[in-house]
Amino acid sequence: MTDNTILSVRDLRVTFQTNDGPVDAVKGVNWDLKSGDTLAIVGESGSGKSQTTMALMGLLAANGAATGSVRYRDREVLNLSERELNKIRGKKITMIFQEPMTSLDPLYRIGDQLAEPLRHHAGMSRKQARPRILELLRLVGIPEPERRIDSYPHEMSGGQRQRVMIAMALANDPDILIADEPTTALDVTIQAQILELLADLQKRLGMAIVFITHDLGIVRRFADHVAVMRRGEVVEDGTAEQVFTAPKHPYTRMLLDAEPEGTKLPPADNAPELLRGDDVRVTFPLGGGLFRKPDYLHAVKGISINLREGQTIGVVGESGSGKSTLGRALLRLTESHGRVAWLGNELPRGIDEMRPFRHDLQLVFQDPFGSLSPRMTVGQIITEGLLIHEPSMSRAERNKRAGEALEEVGLDASMRNRYPHEFSGGQRQRIAIARTMILRPRVIVLDEPTSALDRSVQKQIVTLLRDLQQKYKLSYFFISHDLSVVRALADHIIVMKSGEIVEQGATDQVFDAPREEYTRRLMEAALSTTRFRDAS
Amino acid sequence: MLGYTLRRMASAVPTIFIIVTLTFFAIRIAPGGPFDLERPLDPLILANLQKAYNLDAPLWQQYLMYLGNLLQGDLGPSFTRRDFSVNELFAQGLPVSILLGGLALSAATVLGIILGAIAALRQNSWLDNLIVAIATLGITTPNFVIAPLLSLFFGVILGVLPAGGWSNANPAYWVLPVITLALPQVAVIARLVRGATVEALRANHVRTARAYGLPSRVVVGVHALRAAMLPTVSYLGPTAAALLTGSVVVETVFGLPGVGRYFVQGALGRDYTLVMGTVVVIAVFVVIFNLLVDLAYAWLDPRVRYD
Repeated sequence: MTDNTILSVRDLRVTFQTNDGPVDAVKGVNWDLKSGDTLAIVGESGSGKSQTTMALMGLLAANGAATGSVRYRDREVLNLSERELNKIRGKKITMIFQEPMTSLDPLYRIGDQLAEPLRHHAGMSRKQARPRILELLRLVGIPEPERRIDSYPHEMSGGQRQRVMIAMALANDPDILIADEPTTALDVTIQAQILELLADLQKRLGMAIVFITHDLGIVRRFADHVAVMRRGEVVEDGTAEQVFTAPKHPYTRMLLDAEPEGTKLPPADNAPELLRGDDVRVTFPLGGGLFRKPDYLHAVKGISINLREGQTIGVVGESGSGKSTLGRALLRLTESHGRVAWLGNELPRGIDEMRPFRHDLQLVFQDPFGSLSPRMTVGQIITEGLLIHEPSMSRAERNKRAGEALEEVGLDASMRNRYPHEFSGGQRQRIAIARTMILRPRVIVLDEPTSALDRSVQKQIVTLLRDLQQKYKLSYFFISHDLSVVRALADHIIVMKSGEIVEQGATDQVFDAPREEYTRRLMEAALSTTRFRDAS
Repeated sequence: MLGYTLRRMASAVPTIFIIVTLTFFAIRIAPGGPFDLERPLDPLILANLQKAYNLDAPLWQQYLMYLGNLLQGDLGPSFTRRDFSVNELFAQGLPVSILLGGLALSAATVLGIILGAIAALRQNSWLDNLIVAIATLGITTPNFVIAPLLSLFFGVILGVLPAGGWSNANPAYWVLPVITLALPQVAVIARLVRGATVEALRANHVRTARAYGLPSRVVVGVHALRAAMLPTVSYLGPTAAALLTGSVVVETVFGLPGVGRYFVQGALGRDYTLVMGTVVVIAVFVVIFNLLVDLAYAWLDPRVRYD
C-alpha cells in the first residue's frame, strides 16, 4: 500500500441469505483507490459491482452480510456500528445513485434535504447551512439557486435531481465519491453534462471517485483505473490504458468487442411501400375538468413517414420527444389525427376493425420483464396470437409452430413449457420476438427492445433482428435512444425532438455529416471518446 | 386551497341531496309505518295521527316538505319518541358519541402508529410477531364480544370501573366504551402503518438518508414515517366519520345515550324522520372527513396540489 491510497478493499465477500439458500454476490474482491483518482468498476448486471460499494457504505439489504476488510485511511470501516459509520458516510465518503428520480425524498424541499448532511456532520444550523447550500447548487450548475432551493424534487428534471444529489455528495468536502451508475437513467445529452460536471468538480476539488458502470464508453472517457467484474469476482484490473489497449482476460475482450457492429443497406429502389403516415398528429389532454379548461400536450406534431419493404427506419431522440407515441400511432394503438395507410389504404380506427391488420403489424416492447404474463407458459405466450389470427389451426400445429419460433430466435424448443421468470432478460426479449415472429408479420415496431439489456446481450439481439429481417423481408420501425444500436440496424434515421422531425436521412449521412445542431449534440454525447478531463 | 375547499363543499350538496332522496323513498317503500303497532290502533286515531304528522299528504308533497324543512336545519319531529324532535335527540346524543368516538379515534391513531412503527422497525422479530398477532386478534374479535368481557372483568369481577351507564362528568364511565371502540381501530392502523413503514424503509430516498450518515431517528422519523402516514390518513377519514356517529353495539352493551342506536331503532320502528336524520348526519360527517383527508394529504405530500 503506497502513501496516497485512501481506500483499500481486501477479500471483500458479500452473501445474501435467500429462500433458495445463500447466494454469494461478491466473492473475494481486492482493489485500491488512490487519492484524487478515478476507479471504474465495470461489469454487466449481476456481476456484484454495486454490492461491493453497498457493503462498504453499510447499505446492504437486511439479508446481506459482508466479510473481509475495507480500510479508509488506515481505519477499518467494514461492519462498523451504525453510529461509528455515520461519522464517515455522508461526510468523508459519499455516494450518488442510479435512480435520480427517487433518490431524493419527494416530501421535502431540496434545500431541507441538502441541509441535513451539513447539520449532522458539520454541526451547522439550518440558517448557517443556507449560504453553503446556495454555493453548492451554483457549483453543480443549477440555474437560479435562490429560487430552486425551495423546490420540491418533483419540480425538477432527472438531470437536475442528479445535480442536486451531487451537491449533497459534495456538501462536506468528501475524500471519496461513489457514483453507482449515476447517468444510466438519463438521456445521452444530459448524461454527458453530468459526467462533464463530475470530471470538472474532481479536477477542482480533488476527491477520488469510484465509478460503477456497465458502459465502457463512459469508462474510456472517465477512469484512471479499471476493475472488470464478472460473477462476483474481479477478473481484470489495471490502468484504463492497459485494460483498453491490451485486455488480458477474454471476458474483458468480449465486453470491449460488444459494440453492435455492421450496417444495413437500404432496400432496393423498387421495394414496395408498406406503411405510410401523412401528417400524423397526437395530442393528449392534460388535466382540465369541471372548473378548468383542459390543456393539451402535442406529443407528435404532424409527422410524415414512409416505410418500405425490407427497410429499417431508426427513430432517435431524447425521452419525451414523442418517438414511442409516433410508433404507437402508426399501429393505431393510440388515437391520432392525420392519415396512416397500409399498402395504400387508410387503416381503420376501431379496435375490432384493426384486428385483421394486427397480423401484419406487430410491436415489441422495451421491458422484457413486464411484457410477458408471468402466469402463462412460454408456449402459451407465443401462440396466443395464433388463437386469434389463425383460429382454424390445430393444437398440434400450434405447438409445432411454437417450437419453430423459439428455435428461430435461438432458444431451445423444449423451453416452451417453462415460465417467463425462469429466463434472463435477454432470453425474455427473444421470447417476445418469437411471439411477434410466429404471426409472420411484415412490419414490426420495436420500441427500445435492447435498452434494458447488457451490452453483450444487446449485440446478440441486434444480430438476431438483422437475420430475421433478411430471412423474411421484414420492415422495422426501430425506436431507440441508443445510437450505436440504431447505427447497426437502420438504413434510414429520423431524429425527433419535441414531437417533430429535426433531421432525417440515410444512416451514414446523419451519423457522419449531421446537419442540425441538435443531432450533432446527440452524436457527440453518445459517440465521443474524448476524455472528459481533457475536454474541459 | 381555499377555493378548492369551497368547491368541495359546494359539490357535496348534490351528493347529500341524492342520498336524502334515495333514503326518503327507500324507507317509504319498506312495508309498515311508524304507527303500525302489534295491537292495531283505532282507524280514527290512526287517521288523526297521520294527519298530525302530514302522512296523509301525497308522497311527493311530503318529500318537498321534508326538503324545505331540511334546508332550514329542521329534521322534523320523531315519530316514535313523541315528545322530541329529531334535532333535540341529536343535540342530546351527538355530544356523547362525539366525545367517545373522538377519544377512541385519538387513542387508536396514536397507539396504532406507535405499535405499527415499532413492528416495522423490528421487522420479523418476536416483538413484530407479537404486535401482528395481537392486531389480527383485534381485527377479528367483534366488539359485541369485547364489550361484555370488558364490562364483566373490570366492572363486575375487579369492580374498578363502572360496568355500564353514563355520566358526563365522571370519566370513569368513558373508559370501557372508549377501549371497546378503539381496540379494532388500533389493530387496523397498526397493520397499515407497519406495512407502509416497511415499504418506506426500502425506498431509495431512505437509502440516500442512510448513505449520508443521518442518525436513525432522522432516517425513520423524518424520511420514512411521513411517507408511511399517507395510507393511514386515507383510512382515518371514513373511520372518523363512523366512530363519531356512534356505535349501536357499544351503546347498547354499556347503556350509553349516544346516537348510534337511533339508526337501528329508527329503522325498526319505521321512524321516518329519525332514520332520515341519522342518514343526513352521517353523510355530512363523511363529506367533512373526506375533505379533511384530502387537505391532510396535500399537506403531507407536496406532489398533491389542488387548485
